[in-house]
Amino acid sequence: MGQFRDGAANEIGVQCDVQRNLRLDEGLKSELSRQGIFATTLQDLYNWGRKSSIWPLNFGLACCAIEMIATTMARYDLARFGAEVFRPSPRQADLMIVAGTVTKKMAPQVVRLYNQMPEPKYVISMGACAISGGPFKQGYNVLKGIDRYIPVDVYIPGCPPRPEALIDAFLMLQRKIDAQQLTGAGRPRHLDANEASEFAVPEFGAHDLEPPQNPAVWRPPLVQIETAKEAGGDGA
Amino acid sequence: MELEVAKAAIEAAVPGCRLEMVVNPSPSAQHSLLMDAEHAVAVATWLRDAEGMRFDYCSNVTGIDWPAKELTEKVKVKKLVDGPNGPEEKEVDEVRKTLVPGFLEVVYHLFSVERRDGPVVLRMRTVDREARVHLPSLTGVWRSADFQEREIFDLYGVVFDGHPDLRRLLMWDEFKDHPMRRDYVEPDDYEYEPTAHDEVLERARQHVIAAGGRTA
Amino acid sequence: MSAASVAGEVMEELDAAVRPADDFGEQLLEVSMGPQHPSTHGVFRMNVALDGERVMKLKPVFGYLHRNHEKIAEQETYLGSMPYTDRLDYFCSITNNWAYALAVEKLAGITVPERAEYLRVITGELTRLQNHACLIGFLLQDMGASGTPLMYAFREREKILDLFEALTGARMMCNYMRFGGCRVDLPAGWLEQARGVVAGFPKFLDEFEQLLQSNEILMERTQGVGVLSKELAINAAVSGPMARASGVNYDLRKVDRYGIYDRFAFRVPLGAHGDVYDRYMIRVLEMRESVKILEQAMKEIPGGPIVDPKTKIRGFRPKPGEAYGRIEAPKGELGFYLVSDGSANPYRYRVRPPSLINLTVLEDMCLGRNVADVVIILGSVDIVLGEVDR
Repeated sequence: MGQFRDGAANEIGVQCDVQRNLRLDEGLKSELSRQGIFATTLQDLYNWGRKSSIWPLNFGLACCAIEMIATTMARYDLARFGAEVFRPSPRQADLMIVAGTVTKKMAPQVVRLYNQMPEPKYVISMGACAISGGPFKQGYNVLKGIDRYIPVDVYIPGCPPRPEALIDAFLMLQRKIDAQQLTGAGRPRHLDANEASEFAVPEFGAHDLEPPQNPAVWRPPLVQIETAKEAGGDGA
Repeated sequence: MELEVAKAAIEAAVPGCRLEMVVNPSPSAQHSLLMDAEHAVAVATWLRDAEGMRFDYCSNVTGIDWPAKELTEKVKVKKLVDGPNGPEEKEVDEVRKTLVPGFLEVVYHLFSVERRDGPVVLRMRTVDREARVHLPSLTGVWRSADFQEREIFDLYGVVFDGHPDLRRLLMWDEFKDHPMRRDYVEPDDYEYEPTAHDEVLERARQHVIAAGGRTA
Repeated sequence: MSAASVAGEVMEELDAAVRPADDFGEQLLEVSMGPQHPSTHGVFRMNVALDGERVMKLKPVFGYLHRNHEKIAEQETYLGSMPYTDRLDYFCSITNNWAYALAVEKLAGITVPERAEYLRVITGELTRLQNHACLIGFLLQDMGASGTPLMYAFREREKILDLFEALTGARMMCNYMRFGGCRVDLPAGWLEQARGVVAGFPKFLDEFEQLLQSNEILMERTQGVGVLSKELAINAAVSGPMARASGVNYDLRKVDRYGIYDRFAFRVPLGAHGDVYDRYMIRVLEMRESVKILEQAMKEIPGGPIVDPKTKIRGFRPKPGEAYGRIEAPKGELGFYLVSDGSANPYRYRVRPPSLINLTVLEDMCLGRNVADVVIILGSVDIVLGEVDR
């Protein structure tokens, strides 16, 4: 649906789906609210409830965990954004902030914890180590990024990232949740029965984890650079 | 404590032990004593308990890997060579290659809390790096060697006889290699950055080919 | 056969069916505490065998943060490893840097100018202050004080981190020491700000003492718990506040007199019982002594260069040899053992981690105690997994 025509019967091709059509005019909304009437859509209300009370899992691995703790302390209070309580049990948490280096010995535990979290769940990859192995990338026991086994929503670069950066990532996650459409193809994972919410736990092999990465979740990014170099381009 | 004095005292107290002074050429002047594996426990116990020694605090236990080395040296040798007037003796340069066998080494740093003295550095070497890697454990003498010897077993492969609980410390139990050895090859599991070059680019190409893709 | 004897036989058979042949009371419950646990100060795991609530066996499992620092250091230059030392004991990056710089200076025979020594003492003691404050906060949180002392401790820590950020550019990973001195000199106004922070610290300690010292729960839960004897402490090479709480009079600032510590007047507090309460009190008293050292150092600091002008930074290749250098880090004796073969990379780079060695006696302290005590005893050992696993 959704084609509007102006006075001269020309098509102003505006494609919009059902939810957008229901967006009320902002002026009308503020006028109503002055009268004591609060108007919203069910999706906005649902997303507002979800984004305003994201409870993180009490999960810090290394140095970034200390900055995470500092973010919850009095100066950079994260609780005012909704992360009121850090839950010790994954069954009661919405968000896993992977703060610190994920080693290969710890990787199965991280994936198990992720699997134990109920949907909807989110992952913030905090710090260079959780993104890609960071300064310890050459290590034989270091997993080169937690996104090899679980899907990540927000990445925070830094070593360690400042508490303000973690707050920024938290707000980014809130905006991401706010923009989620509840129906249609782009709906979030917890509303889609076909999407997996648990991922394979890696095993300890003789020399490395088995498998070294989960192909359903991660693919090494390189092919574009190859072709540019092969085509005699100026290279990366 | 002068190491010469300590060496003489140990040799007098523990008969049969073979000690060798390893000189440390750096400005730190922390020389060490290389001891043999059979008398190690006796030497250690004596150093801990004897009057005037009382080295009761074993601060640090380290493992070091010394792989086999090939030494080439030029030696002047008298040889019979064919000269213009028949065979004659001449000094000729000959290149000799000797293989110095490799070994694993364990270094102990000892201090005395009672006498505020130290460090006294002890060393032990294994026979080779493959099968004959057994050394006596000094955990019975100094409890602090417990976890550190386990770590050396895990990362270097030295087997400590007499250790109460010798298993891997840092790596998982199913792990097979000894990663701190100089010839350890780590698994190829790198993620390739956008600016890959040289050997990283080469390995990335191999990964793409192995996954069934094509490199342009 | 009477009815009573038949009934008796039936009862016996029923009893045998309900109660199994093996003695139920001898089964031990095996619990894996960690690696994800709200109280284990990082990814640390303890396999505990319990008889009811009492600990019968405790085996720690390490390696969940083994980041291969020593192997990476063999491929890096000497200076390239300095930022990695920040990440060992990530609360106290400056003292880690100092221990490494000291070991390299021993290896290569480099001297340090006087102003740099004073800067090292000032930043080192500030690190000690914030480490002990945070430790007390974490210990109280483990006891159930749910974050309030931690909030107070972090409030003071933020003031000290502001100082570090103004000086080195980073809050936590300061990368401040260089071989032969420090990286950067004090900016204008730093010393006044530092004096203000240090002047306010005794008031914070008084506040802490008032709230915590005579707290009944604290005393009940920590006195007599986790006793470590002096003999075992020395034999297990336990160092730092944990050893001093057991009565071992061994503070490397007084024993080795590294740097310029022999110029400052400060006392070394010793404990009499070696329990958790003593370890807590030692740290409080050490904070007061650190404040004294800081006041003296900030008064006496001279001018001059902050790094030995003769040190070679590019192409630094120490002569072949080895050296073991150690300092009194807030957690204990932090040592670095370096073996050089004359090249730009160390041949062997070894970190002597105080947290790992202090954990040797964890099982001895926890045997026979309740599970709840295990958490508190672990908290009093003061471990940081970055250092334990390297």
